[in-house]
Amino acid sequence: MVPITTLHYLVVAAALFVLGMIGVLTRRNVVIVLMSIELILNAVNLNLVAFSRMWGNLHGQLFAIFIVVDAAAEAAVGLGILIAFFRNKETINVDEIDLLKW
Amino acid sequence: MNPAMNSALNSGMAPVATPWFFYALAGLAVASGVAVITRRNAVHSALALIVTLLSVAGLYLMLYAPFVAGVQIIVYAGGIMVLFLFVIMLVNIERSSKDRQFNRMWPVGLAAACALLALFTSVIVKGKALFPDRMIPLAEGSNTQEIAKALYGDAGRMGEYTFAFEIASLLLLVAILGAVIMTKKKI
Repeated sequence: MVPITTLHYLVVAAALFVLGMIGVLTRRNVVIVLMSIELILNAVNLNLVAFSRMWGNLHGQLFAIFIVVDAAAEAAVGLGILIAFFRNKETINVDEIDLLKW
Repeated sequence: MNPAMNSALNSGMAPVATPWFFYALAGLAVASGVAVITRRNAVHSALALIVTLLSVAGLYLMLYAPFVAGVQIIVYAGGIMVLFLFVIMLVNIERSSKDRQFNRMWPVGLAAACALLALFTSVIVKGKALFPDRMIPLAEGSNTQEIAKALYGDAGRMGEYTFAFEIASLLLLVAILGAVIMTKKKI
């Protein structure tokens, strides 16, 4: 059996990224769109940690930790906006969030 | 010990990190990632996302990053996903799970995602030679200490990422304020 190299991790991360992108572009439920964004961030984190292992230093892992901080901030603010929107319009459908559409 | 195992050892992999573990974790991550974007019920999506996060944490452990794996489990699977589940229960899921799940432009979105996948595939196939087969082993035992030195500084001096760490704390403060103001009754 072939030993696992950086390339294997890159393939997994690419698959997760594309899955997240499909979710963001096609789903109508805002909560699931936000979850797909978390999938994308996880794919990026996996790449960073794999490269950190490839080069033998810790910069990738530190960046991954900062991205986790960012994901937490994004989830908190995004879900806050979602609750405010649901209170006003009684829906969580992306197609009906079009107040800023010209 | 079989020859494959020997070559795995020679290329810098630890004996516990057998390829089977990698394939199992990667398959689990991708399969539950598919479940996240296809389930009708948002709670099922959230549970599938937790499985993905845990298997990615397992992949981090295979990459000699125990601290990032711990952060992944505690912050992501423990903190962010609880937030998601709370919001799913606050908003009305019965109605949204009955109507159409995908928007009208889904073929365009799928085509764009396939184009991105083709781009990734060509980059990975063409750039194969750029990635060395052999990985440089990291010291697993002192991983957390090294991360702490880079984040908080060492022996009175600022670390490489201390400033970025402070900026991140500011970001979290702003996010807390934003979340509190957004969920107030009267904005």
